[in-house]
Amino acid sequence: MSSTLLRTVPALRGALRASGAPKAAAMASTTFVRGKATLPDLSCECIDNLTYTQRPQAATLRGASSQGDDYGALEPHISGKIMELHHTKHHQTYVNGLNSALETIAEAESKGDFTKAASVAPLLNFHGGGHINHTLFWENLAPASRDGGGEPDGALKKAIDSDFGSFDTFRKQMNTALAGIQGSGWAWLVKDKSAGTLGLVTRANQDPVSGPFVPLLGIDAWEHAYYLQYENRKAEYFDAIWNVINWKTVAARYGKD
Amino acid sequence: MVNIASLWQYLALQAPLHSSMSGEPLNLTKMGLTTYTLPALPYAYNALEPHISAQIMELHHSKHHQAYVTNLNKALESHVAAVAAGDVAAQIALQQTIKFNGGGHINHSLFWKNLAPAGTEETRADAAKGLVAEIDRTWGGLENFKKTFSAALLGIQGSGWGWLVQEGGHGGSLRIVTTKDQDPVVGGDVPILGVDMWEHAYYLQYLNGKAAYVENIWNVINWKTAEERFQGKSEDKLEEKSEL
Ligand SMILES: [Fe+2]
Ligand SMILES: [Fe+2]
Repeated sequence: MSSTLLRTVPALRGALRASGAPKAAAMASTTFVRGKATLPDLSCECIDNLTYTQRPQAATLRGASSQGDDYGALEPHISGKIMELHHTKHHQTYVNGLNSALETIAEAESKGDFTKAASVAPLLNFHGGGHINHTLFWENLAPASRDGGGEPDGALKKAIDSDFGSFDTFRKQMNTALAGIQGSGWAWLVKDKSAGTLGLVTRANQDPVSGPFVPLLGIDAWEHAYYLQYENRKAEYFDAIWNVINWKTVAARYGKD
Repeated sequence: MVNIASLWQYLALQAPLHSSMSGEPLNLTKMGLTTYTLPALPYAYNALEPHISAQIMELHHSKHHQAYVTNLNKALESHVAAVAAGDVAAQIALQQTIKFNGGGHINHSLFWKNLAPAGTEETRADAAKGLVAEIDRTWGGLENFKKTFSAALLGIQGSGWGWLVQEGGHGGSLRIVTTKDQDPVVGGDVPILGVDMWEHAYYLQYLNGKAAYVENIWNVINWKTAEERFQGKSEDKLEEKSEL
């Protein structure tokens, strides 16, 4: 990520810093090759079986899995077809859009056309945000038969109890936040960096979580995330997804900064 | 019957609401509360096939549009109650809900009417002589207009709508605008054609291939409706039933 880019597009600084900073371990599998973003593997631990276990440094560049069955790992809560389209088509489109935005910016900069470079900011925000958000999302999911579902324990559980009253209250509030999104967007459990407290935020479209907040757990509320299986019954998707939340990942993110 | 512009005026809370006499028990009927109803489609659910599947049309109309109507009515009812109770904070809190669901109702009502089964008279651009002449003047031809409109539709980030409008009122120049989520066309612009770019509008059939949806929708555009709107002769009304 060039520093000139960051100077040219200040609005994106937060998001891009998040993807580059080593301390943001959750972002570490957002891989860049010669300044290009690539689609991360869905499976970070195992080639043949989709596990979703967080192992940020292990992300490879092999692209979408050729093991078609892997995408079924979150069934019956999220269908294999949804997972495959979501990863190989939607996420890939954000990666492509991000790379194309970065290229346009680099080219404009090389010609000294900073107005043109800055005009790409909305595309960079949208596609860069889409890449970051989906990368975080895959990592905070896991098959129900493995690390998915249940309730958090340890320090994370304590923090949830103290900031929301109970895990149940937290889950209800998150579902209310998800249901209240008007249009496309995401809901996040976040940690306030300075206060250290937990909170819920929603973001429109692909706006990434930034500023004082560290994203711990993200849930995609775009229609493409559930429509093939749940159609208009999005409340059912919001209920089902708790069976495949990877609390190990969320706890690791909570413990990082 | 109330027309779309006056509903929008209401939604924007520019029109004063009825308020009850103090001390009287809350009587929504007396306060002039009307409820909106889901309009029937002017064609069968499978009528737009193969361009838009019957399954999409049925869910889109009977579930999605119905939800906007139901939630609009609920919010309006709460709003009337909040006005009666003098609860300003509650009134403010309801504005966004009214805008979202009212917009969803307006937008879908316009959308159904500017679609028609492929191959019918209505879907021939000949049915919109005046509009097409103006499109020619503005974009140098129908094909170039379609290309420009399609590009605007595909450029929408997230959920939203693309519209061909007459800017500022009837007789205004033609313009392509997009609105996010369920924001309706505002500022006195007259909607001529609307295309729903929410994923629910195409996903079951086109999956992530929204460019194909946009390409195919031109086969089911109702140019007759577009011409009527362009000429200021349309009868875009929202159906409502009074509680009285
Ligand atoms: Fe998504
Ligand atoms: Fe819709």
